[in-house]
Amino acid sequence: MAAEGNAIDALSQFALTPVLGPVGRAIGFSQSNLHMVIVAGLIIALLTYGMRARAVIPGRLQATAEMLYEFVRNLVVGQVGEEGKRFFPFVFTLFTFVLFGNMFGLLPYAFTFTSHIAVTFALAAIVFVLITVVGLAIHGKHWFSYFFPEGAPIVLAPLIIPIEIISYLSRPVSLSVRLFANMVAGHVMLKVFATFVVMLGSAGALGIAGSTAPLAINIALVGFEVLVAFLQAYVFAILTSIYLHDAVHLH
Amino acid sequence: MPQLDFANPLMIGQIVWLLIIFGALYYILSTYALPKVATVLEDRAARIAADLNLARAAKAEADTAMVALRDASAKARAESQGAIAAAAAKATAEAQARAEELNAKLSARIAESEAQIGRARDTAMGALREVASETTLGLLQKLTGRADDAAVGRAVDAALAARTGG
Repeated sequence: MAAEGNAIDALSQFALTPVLGPVGRAIGFSQSNLHMVIVAGLIIALLTYGMRARAVIPGRLQATAEMLYEFVRNLVVGQVGEEGKRFFPFVFTLFTFVLFGNMFGLLPYAFTFTSHIAVTFALAAIVFVLITVVGLAIHGKHWFSYFFPEGAPIVLAPLIIPIEIISYLSRPVSLSVRLFANMVAGHVMLKVFATFVVMLGSAGALGIAGSTAPLAINIALVGFEVLVAFLQAYVFAILTSIYLHDAVHLH
Repeated sequence: MPQLDFANPLMIGQIVWLLIIFGALYYILSTYALPKVATVLEDRAARIAADLNLARAAKAEADTAMVALRDASAKARAESQGAIAAAAAKATAEAQARAEELNAKLSARIAESEAQIGRARDTAMGALREVASETTLGLLQKLTGRADDAAVGRAVDAALAARTGG
């Protein structure tokens, strides 16, 4: 990507740098983690500051907090059912963490921690461990019947069981790669077109006129990225809910 | 791609800190923040339900009041109609009685008049016979010199009977 004499450098925005000086360096605290702390603070602030009035008729901030709460609750209860309520805090944490991370990362100078495959894979691994533990805790040995659907001909077992196991194991991979790839692609596109604007703009009057085209594309891209930021958080949360449904109900 | 530079010590730090921050966020949300939202939402739902019940009770009350009003107005209408019918019957009976009285009076007067007329006629008839007999006797006396009282009387009676009979 770093073509044209290193003019376009779309990937350095993803590089980790330690913050907090030597302390951060010593404890491996990067700007990615700083943004996680900020995002967590924003979520807690929205829920505590927004709900401080505890008003019957909510104000704007309280309505936002309540909408977020009811949106995630309906998502979890709709997918998992009433017994899914105990997973609601987890899915809420996951959804808001990813959503706020995606959105906050769109601000200038901000870092998007969801553009790191390690971060998204860690989140997906938490989900994977959770659904496996929940499934085993609820169904015991019976949980393993998940890998061989009832009513399937026994002859096909050597074929079906490996496929089911692979599909189960690929869940955290697809979950994490989807979010990671969407975030990286969006930020690379923004960076590339922004670099075009600067490069064309420095090429005289004609260049300034020509740079309006990538600028217009970038404006449209920002709107598109807001959509993707919400959509990917939603997909992450709803897939988690679907997996929880499978763990609770086995198919 | 910096994301795939797993040799970077910051990478492992990032994941460790992610787990710590995510765990702390989960703990804070699940123990403090989300139950607060839940109580607010439950309070609102309870309040709305209470208000709805109140409104339902008020509506039931209004319905019973409406039914009572309708009953009362129907009763009043029936009562007033009864009163009107009674008054009309009374008036009709009175008018009928008065008309009968009048009729009786009139027929009495008619009967009286008829009797008077009959009497007058009888006297007139009696006088007519007398006048006719005297006139006949007088004429016979003058013409023949004799008169049979009884014969003349019979003849006059016969003639009168023929007149009135005819």
